[in-house]
Amino acid sequence: MAAPDISNLDLHALANPLRFTRFATVLTPWLLLLGLGCLGAGLVQGLFLAPPDYLQGEVVRILYVHVPSAWFALGGYLGMAIAALAALVWRHPLAALSVRAIAPVGAMFAAICLVTGSIWGRPTWGTWWVWDGRLTSMLMLFLLYLGVIALVHLHEDRARGLKMAGYLAIVGTINLPIIKFSVEWWNTLHQPASIRVSGSSIHPEMLTPLLLSALGFLFLFAGLVLVRMRTLIAEQRLEMRALRRAARAG
Amino acid sequence: MKLLWRLIARDLSLMAGRPGEWLMPLAFFLLVAMLLPFAIGPEPTLLARLAPGILWVGALLASLMPVNTLFALDSADGTLDQLMVRGIAAETLAAARLVALWIGFGVPLLLAAPLAALLLGMPMDVLGLLVPGLVAGALGLAALGVLAAAVTLGARGGGGLVALLVVPLAIPLLLFGSRPAEPGSVGLAIASALLLAAVAPFAAGAALRASRG
Repeated sequence: MAAPDISNLDLHALANPLRFTRFATVLTPWLLLLGLGCLGAGLVQGLFLAPPDYLQGEVVRILYVHVPSAWFALGGYLGMAIAALAALVWRHPLAALSVRAIAPVGAMFAAICLVTGSIWGRPTWGTWWVWDGRLTSMLMLFLLYLGVIALVHLHEDRARGLKMAGYLAIVGTINLPIIKFSVEWWNTLHQPASIRVSGSSIHPEMLTPLLLSALGFLFLFAGLVLVRMRTLIAEQRLEMRALRRAARAG
Repeated sequence: MKLLWRLIARDLSLMAGRPGEWLMPLAFFLLVAMLLPFAIGPEPTLLARLAPGILWVGALLASLMPVNTLFALDSADGTLDQLMVRGIAAETLAAARLVALWIGFGVPLLLAAPLAALLLGMPMDVLGLLVPGLVAGALGLAALGVLAAAVTLGARGGGGLVALLVVPLAIPLLLFGSRPAEPGSVGLAIASALLLAAVAPFAAGAALRASRG
């Protein structure tokens, strides 16, 4: 998910954890700074400069956080599943590791989406929570993330936990459209998507800050995942070193 | 194919030998149907209206019960290793376990459903509508159980985790299955159960291989 433009780089070179770490070390601060910058600009525009909604008033401004977090909570899950598939097919340790790196970040985005949606729903719909299709499917996405995280941690053998979590992530992705379809069939109050591939029904004055903050969320997502990847790689190397030392001492 | 039948027969006869594995979920299912009237009040029209949902929630919760021992026993005594060393594909083992669980969980469930319906004052024609969805639901729940059992094999304290893994994936079954009166819902319940049953043996088989390290 959210890979920087590396199309002209040799991907195999990045497959080496050491080289990946070096690459990520350079990239991470840029991604985080860009993310904060875009998000900041988007939020300043969205919170202060963009007009209030004619129907919803000022409360519409929470959508500049709510909508991007929903996008990347979903996109993150897809990215996690692709990483799991790559780990399954090519047995690459970094791909397996990125499943673990993405899961908490995606779960956090899903949580942000749920909380901001709930805060928005109170004045707009008159309730903190309704059993609406889109709310429910985001809640289920959050639970799927939690399942993946828990599965990684409950296995004593780290590599096995990563594999198991990967299988779960893949099955979850196959089921995600069905969950989404089923809960929408069941009950829907949430407005349909305003931005589609064919165009947007949002006024440019509101669309610009939305896209800016979405870009910010995207960079932050990528940056946070890279930070976690580096941490996990470092953790693994520390463990290996401790094992080697123990072997030498014993 | 013959191998698959023999594996299913083995799983079923083992299950028959351990009554806890099929009796406990059954008892749990009936317990849910018995407890709900105490919690929501004995008013017959309300109970009858809630009955399909209560039956489904009971079935879903009951389906979580056998998961923890599903592969754990065979793994602990080395049977799983033996079968896989013989060259039997892990996917075949998972598929056999799925079918066995469908029968071992679904048949008692269907037998208990009229009793639960009686306790809740649900009209028998509504129960008749509910049955195809329950049959499909038992298949889907068995698939999810096999999957959850395989990915938690060898994990510390899988009990609570199993519920967390199964519940989000079981939502479509629950939604489609518990509304037999709505057009198309039974067909959709069957479709989502079949999809789960088609995917689960492969994912569970891969997880079984991974669990051997």
